[in-house]
Amino acid sequence: MTGVAILLPIALFMGLFGLAAFFWALKRGQFEDMEGAANRILIDEEGDGLP
Amino acid sequence: MNAAARLQDEAAQETVLVVPGMHCAGCMGKVERALQALPGVTAARVNLSARQVRVTHDPAQVVPELVAALENVGFPSQPRAEDLAPPPSAVRPLLAPLAVAGFACMNVMLLSVSVWSGAEGTTRDLFHWISAMIGVPAIAYSGMPFFRSGWSALKHFRTNMDVPISIGVTLATALSIYETATHGEHAWFDGTLMLLLFLLTGRALDAAMRDKARAGVDSLLRQAAPGAMIVTKGDVIEWLPARELVPGMIMRVAAGERLAADGEIVTGKTSIDQALLTGESAPVAAGPGDAVHAGTLNCDAPIDVRVAAAGQDTSLAEIARLMEASGQARSAYVRIADRASRLYAPAVHTLALASFIGWMLAGAGVYHSIVIAIAVLIVTCPCAIGLAVPVAQVVATGALMREGVMVKDASALERLARIDRALLDKTGSLTLGRPEPDPAVLASLPGEAASVALALASHSRHPLSRALAATLAARGVQAADLDGVNEVAGFGVKAIWKDRAVALRRPDAAATIATALDIAGEPAWLIPFTDPVRPDASEALLQLRALSIECSILSGDNARAVGDVAQALGLAAQAAASPSEKRDAIARAQQGGHRVLMVGDGLNDGPALAAADASIAPGSASDVGRQASDLVFLGDSLLALPKSVLAARRTMRVVRQNFVLSIGYNVLAVPLALLGVLTPLLAAVAMSTSSLIVIANSMRLVRAAK
Repeated sequence: MTGVAILLPIALFMGLFGLAAFFWALKRGQFEDMEGAANRILIDEEGDGLP
Repeated sequence: MNAAARLQDEAAQETVLVVPGMHCAGCMGKVERALQALPGVTAARVNLSARQVRVTHDPAQVVPELVAALENVGFPSQPRAEDLAPPPSAVRPLLAPLAVAGFACMNVMLLSVSVWSGAEGTTRDLFHWISAMIGVPAIAYSGMPFFRSGWSALKHFRTNMDVPISIGVTLATALSIYETATHGEHAWFDGTLMLLLFLLTGRALDAAMRDKARAGVDSLLRQAAPGAMIVTKGDVIEWLPARELVPGMIMRVAAGERLAADGEIVTGKTSIDQALLTGESAPVAAGPGDAVHAGTLNCDAPIDVRVAAAGQDTSLAEIARLMEASGQARSAYVRIADRASRLYAPAVHTLALASFIGWMLAGAGVYHSIVIAIAVLIVTCPCAIGLAVPVAQVVATGALMREGVMVKDASALERLARIDRALLDKTGSLTLGRPEPDPAVLASLPGEAASVALALASHSRHPLSRALAATLAARGVQAADLDGVNEVAGFGVKAIWKDRAVALRRPDAAATIATALDIAGEPAWLIPFTDPVRPDASEALLQLRALSIECSILSGDNARAVGDVAQALGLAAQAAASPSEKRDAIARAQQGGHRVLMVGDGLNDGPALAAADASIAPGSASDVGRQASDLVFLGDSLLALPKSVLAARRTMRVVRQNFVLSIGYNVLAVPLALLGVLTPLLAAVAMSTSSLIVIANSMRLVRAAK
């Protein structure tokens, strides 16, 4: 039982933390352009100067 | 320094440009760099899903300069019109409830597993209490979309799928709280949350599908001009967006440009292509004093036009009003899920009430009877039914989108599956809607003449020249070197080639649309233009007939032009139909008991597209055509038509199978609930199994559009 008393709050806290993180991301507009975000890492920022 | 920066920020202006040509990281980088290189631009950020770029810039940097900068790196673009800003996303408001339901469902299910594995006494009470603390707020929050929709239906004395859902969820939660408080054996928080999670998933899928298709349709280039060059008092020319035009202004329209407002020609003689408005394929001559309309294309020479009506007063807006009045067949359509729930909800509630009365009569006591009645309600909650329609439609829509057909409206597939009659517009729908040079004549042109023609054509913005240049370039012709190129309004393009005068000009006399190529010392070449029928048109019509859909032409063009196409394709035709006549033709067919599909592209098809049971427009269609239609197909091939109808019929077959599967689960589970032996564990297992079966069955539609 003592194990449960520790594990339950930990599990709930982690779940709530994930939920809060999701809400934060949603508010910040991070789900506005899923396709663009996926492609953005491929943009070559310094590509211009190189041969 | 800071103050200066802030001042600049305040003065900055934001413009959203639609750039349909972007589809990869390279494109994004090019577009952003090209815009950021401009002196007045402070920021440019691409939204790839919407095919748009948001530019923050100095007001001094006018929109045409931004468009020109993108044109230079190979991306045609247009400013997004205010009135056509994308509708608010349908999926966003569902994401938060979905996340809450998912979080709560997982945690409560974890606790429930321990209860099912035999937790007893205080442990079980503790777990039930924790479940209640997570579950009750989560149910209240994530159930909101259903409560709201169910309540608004009840207020109007109607019922929809959300009414039985709301009643079931509320009663199950109330019973679970009571059970928890009285140290009962069964709490139903897990099942209730799982139900909400599955239903919200269905809703979110449905909404995401609509969002994606709308973004695709909105990103296509608009055909009405976004603005016009205005000649002001001091003979200064400035660019004004269409919404700022007012009657009395003089706008200068270059050859090859579309008009942004209705008006009257003040100076200049030209020919006007009115295909967008009337469906007529041949340009009409117009001179000073003639009325011209917004959305039409100025073909030959620059003209000055006094604006007579702008914005909501144009003939364009008039057609839009006619369309609004025409959408009745469609708004009267009841979606299949709602039709099912009309039968389903009363049946379920009667069953629950009957089981309550039955157990009361059997002497089971009020508490026990209520528990059984609620168990019946929970087990019959349309969990898999909530997924039956959206999952199938999402999979089919995805399949169609990969084939280049965008489904704008979630109910479109349901309506499309039932059609048995198709009316097709000619210009732009059956045909490509753009003049193409006669391939036989081009093939007979000697190589040198062809390269001179290409060089001359590439110097003009006239639609015929552009079509000629594109076709010749596609045939691998190299442009000749020309000197002294000069475009003469109303005549054509003149130049010197190897010391010989050459010209691409308006022919002296021709029965059809044509252009003449002069090379000094040689007889003139006459290059006729036709509006070719779309590739695969006859094959597509054959396939439609095989699907037992009767096709005919409904066009605004003159009888001769329509007759030629009708004969070539073997179709019956009605010619010279005005927008309201087109709408009436559809109404007549509907009264005759037919379900009509309208295929059209122009403004003049707008009312007909809105009135038909289902409608399809090509991607090259006018704004109005695309807005009014349910489906938009990209590319030139007309095979998209039979493909869409076939996919829609397959989808409806799968939807019906899904209904049978999910109701089959109820048939198995309801007797258990009626006998009072149903436990939360059994309900959870049955619920998820039936949902998985429905999803698996829907996945078969991945190849529906092949």
